[in-house]
Amino acid sequence: MFPTPIEKRSRAAQITYQSLLPVALILWLLPLIAVMLFSIRPFSDFGAGNYWGVPSSFELFTNYGRVFFESDMPRYLLNSVLITVPTVIGAVALSCMTGFALGIYRFRGNLLIFFMFIAGNFVPFQILMVPVRDLTVSMGLYDTKLGLVLFHIAFQTGFCTLFMRNFIRALPYELIEAARVEGVAEWRIFWFVVLPLMRPAIAALSVLIFTFIWNDYFWALVLTQGPGAQPVTAGITSFNSQFVAQYHLMSAGSIVAAIPPVAIFFLMQRHFIAGLTLGAVK
Amino acid sequence: MRSIFKTGAAALAVTTIIAGSAFAQDLSGTLRIISDMSDPAPRAVMEGLAAEFDEMHPNLTVNLTVVDREAWKTQIRNALSANPPDVVNWYAANRMAPFVNAGLFMDITEWWDAGDFAGLESVRGALTQNDRVWGVPYTYYQWGVYYREDIFNELGLSEPETWEQELANCQIIIDSGRHCYAIGSRFLWPAGGWFDYLNMRTNGFDFHMALARGEVPWTDDRVRATFANWRQLIDMGGFIPDHQTYDWQEALPLMINGEATAYLMGNFAVDLMRSGGLTDDQLDFYQFPMINPEVTAMGEDAPTDTFHVAAGAQNVEAARAFLQFVTSAEVQTRINGPEGLGQLPVNANASVADDEFIQQGFEMLSQNATGGIAQFFDRDWPAEMASVGMEGLQEFMVFPDRLDDILDRLEAARQRVY
Amino acid sequence: MTAPATPLHQPRLEATWMQRNRMTVTPILFLLPGLLFFLVYVISPIFQSFNISLYRWDGLGEARFIGLDNYRELATDRNFEISLWNNLRWLVLYLLAIPLGLFIALFLNQTVTGIRLYKSLFFFPFVLSQVVVGLVFSWFYLPREGLLNAALQFFGLGTVNILGNPDLATYGIIAAGLWPQTAYCMILYLTGLNAVDPEQVEAGRLDGAKGWKMLWYVILPQLKPATFIAFVVTIIGALRSFDLISIMTNGGPFGSTRVLSFYMFEQALGEYGFRMGYGSAIAVVLFGIMLVFIAYFLWQMWRDERAARHG
Repeated sequence: MFPTPIEKRSRAAQITYQSLLPVALILWLLPLIAVMLFSIRPFSDFGAGNYWGVPSSFELFTNYGRVFFESDMPRYLLNSVLITVPTVIGAVALSCMTGFALGIYRFRGNLLIFFMFIAGNFVPFQILMVPVRDLTVSMGLYDTKLGLVLFHIAFQTGFCTLFMRNFIRALPYELIEAARVEGVAEWRIFWFVVLPLMRPAIAALSVLIFTFIWNDYFWALVLTQGPGAQPVTAGITSFNSQFVAQYHLMSAGSIVAAIPPVAIFFLMQRHFIAGLTLGAVK
Repeated sequence: MRSIFKTGAAALAVTTIIAGSAFAQDLSGTLRIISDMSDPAPRAVMEGLAAEFDEMHPNLTVNLTVVDREAWKTQIRNALSANPPDVVNWYAANRMAPFVNAGLFMDITEWWDAGDFAGLESVRGALTQNDRVWGVPYTYYQWGVYYREDIFNELGLSEPETWEQELANCQIIIDSGRHCYAIGSRFLWPAGGWFDYLNMRTNGFDFHMALARGEVPWTDDRVRATFANWRQLIDMGGFIPDHQTYDWQEALPLMINGEATAYLMGNFAVDLMRSGGLTDDQLDFYQFPMINPEVTAMGEDAPTDTFHVAAGAQNVEAARAFLQFVTSAEVQTRINGPEGLGQLPVNANASVADDEFIQQGFEMLSQNATGGIAQFFDRDWPAEMASVGMEGLQEFMVFPDRLDDILDRLEAARQRVY
Repeated sequence: MTAPATPLHQPRLEATWMQRNRMTVTPILFLLPGLLFFLVYVISPIFQSFNISLYRWDGLGEARFIGLDNYRELATDRNFEISLWNNLRWLVLYLLAIPLGLFIALFLNQTVTGIRLYKSLFFFPFVLSQVVVGLVFSWFYLPREGLLNAALQFFGLGTVNILGNPDLATYGIIAAGLWPQTAYCMILYLTGLNAVDPEQVEAGRLDGAKGWKMLWYVILPQLKPATFIAFVVTIIGALRSFDLISIMTNGGPFGSTRVLSFYMFEQALGEYGFRMGYGSAIAVVLFGIMLVFIAYFLWQMWRDERAARHG
């Protein structure tokens, strides 16, 4: 193990390390802690210039209550869910298939198609912006959740294919051979042999894509406007304009907007990190 | 706030029944409105109007979307071209030009000619471009200096009428450990307001408009004189620091807590000043003082906010009825009162609310604005020039030494834009 | 394909055709939906953008072919130049996330009680959206209300208005971007460190390698895959920087924090007229920069792919 495990070091080193950990963590999360502290203050504290002293009263429930009951925030959150979940399902389903095709079969152009998916995944969004916006408008899907979902599925298919194909590559090929020898149809091999083995990959990818899509801002800006279809990342700017200069409410609003992906992460941590670090180890 | 709409709706329902107005009955479908009235008081007004109009027409559903006022400036084009609603908010004068030229606003000259908007004749000009009319106004408001009367009294100051008095006042305020002016220039336009007033007072209204039309180079000595006056205030520490980081609303607390004594703003700011805790005893208003004794006819900024029908509107009949509704004398009186927008009605038959600031503004604009009435920097200048210009104005307020470079850039933009 | 000899044989023959070609037909069928989506929404728009960049077009009316005029205009556009330089700053400084992430990973790679929770808490800024990160940091930087200046003042250091100062604002935004990006690199390295071969570490120890030497000669070579991925995601992140700028400064003050991705958006979808052609030209330049890296990444991956085949 590197660096040397701390328990093999001197007692003093151990104590230093143990006390350094929380300090480092607080420093690391300082900006976020600041926002949390803002979000439980009453408005009057800001007028009085009391930004960092003891809050004159504890307003957690009032502030967060106003976020939920006096703004469009719940609607934006719902939009985010309605955009994110179908995208996750669509992208994962499509990439299970493409990954299967590229990972199992040998045919001319296999590698070329695979690399096309990878390359497309790296391009800057801006090169797609004008044509994609045009396409969405001409299909009558501008400012709809569906318009966003379709694009997200398509774009995420690049990354997901890379992920799935590499995962399938690592599966024991003998299983498939054996099934073929027994005369099992190809689509049944996919469904009954490969798919069950892909469960961990599907879980990991779903969590990852969930966060990516939930956090998207650029496409939400390009393809939607207004509380009818906008997800929470874009909606938060309108939220902030409703409560402009009221830092306690704006802080509470951003925390609310951030909670779903954070919750998903803490609940599904193992899958999340497995997905993120695929390929970081040989 | 809600109550004024309830009673109003009832009153209006009665009048429409009596008048038997044709448009009131057979409206159906959906009326989609996108509004940029996102501050608390205007938002309540807009939501009230939508609800009331919805109630008046049983077969019509009013679908209102309120978007962030600053964000709307970049979204409107997208909204009008990709998925046009029926009615949108915007601004009068040159600020309409890009949308008029792109064919995104509906030409509603006929509605004006048909007498839909009685009482609005005097403001028709601000909505006219290429001899056609492209929208209706719903409010306008004076600009001027809102100041802390209590602090002025404490320091023994009175409302300045000349630039010398203004500078003397400011010096006393600074000596008392305060700043003279709050301003938040993050979204640039508040700096535009300062330029408007300094330039109109230094060079007169006509010169100001000539500059707006692109007839005078930005490097002209008269323009430099304006900036030199501005610089006096900047150099003495008249403005709050770090204003480029704040919205105009975020800079308000400094005036409310007394760190700054005044704010050059439009009358819409009064609502937030009051809700921030300032009483009418602490707050007063004066007209921007004279600078150049030769410029005796004062020019004033009085921006007009508007409604337009999108060229791609689906429910044109409902849109037309809605425009009639918001511009009618009765609604105008109601929404512009201190309970609502706190601004001036556009309909000549509406009454101006009995509010200290609204009355002062009305008086100033009708009696002491003989130089002429301008819309505002970002509405009188062509849109692209305004954007480059205001960026330069903000930069000047932070780095006054860069003036030459800024003016060269503005001049280059002028030659490109016009 | 041969025509069936007699109708009687047709079903059997067809089955054999399917059977014979199932290894070609199956992958095609499985690829088709994903590939179609990807071609329509990703690949073909790239080429369309190239094409649009040769036109003057407001997104509504008739597009007018103007050849390379958009690119000529770029060459004299001050804001384009500012954006390009800022992109360079982003590229270089964003890479700091890699050593920083490695440093934190080394710090946290212990087995004391509660370390798992520490690791999660160090990592989770990464799952926040850039919008939230941007808001959090812009409030953190506020000249009066922000914690940063409260802390500076506490230590008697005066205040600094990072986002209001054109010379500092870009760096302030990059610092905000480094926060989640460092967390990402950290988790990559933590996973990598987990897999470091203990025998090699022991062997290194016997050879007298310690501290920095051990890190440089024994550990880092084994972390190469993690470093490669960290490099890829950091470069892409740097060139995609849009959200933070849009939220934190909106390109200001006085346009000093624009980058190509933001400037492109401003031009193409701005209030003062959609300049789709000009915007596309900016996007093409950005794409060109990215292409250098994409080519490098693909080349690396292709090498790995070949090694895997032969191995």
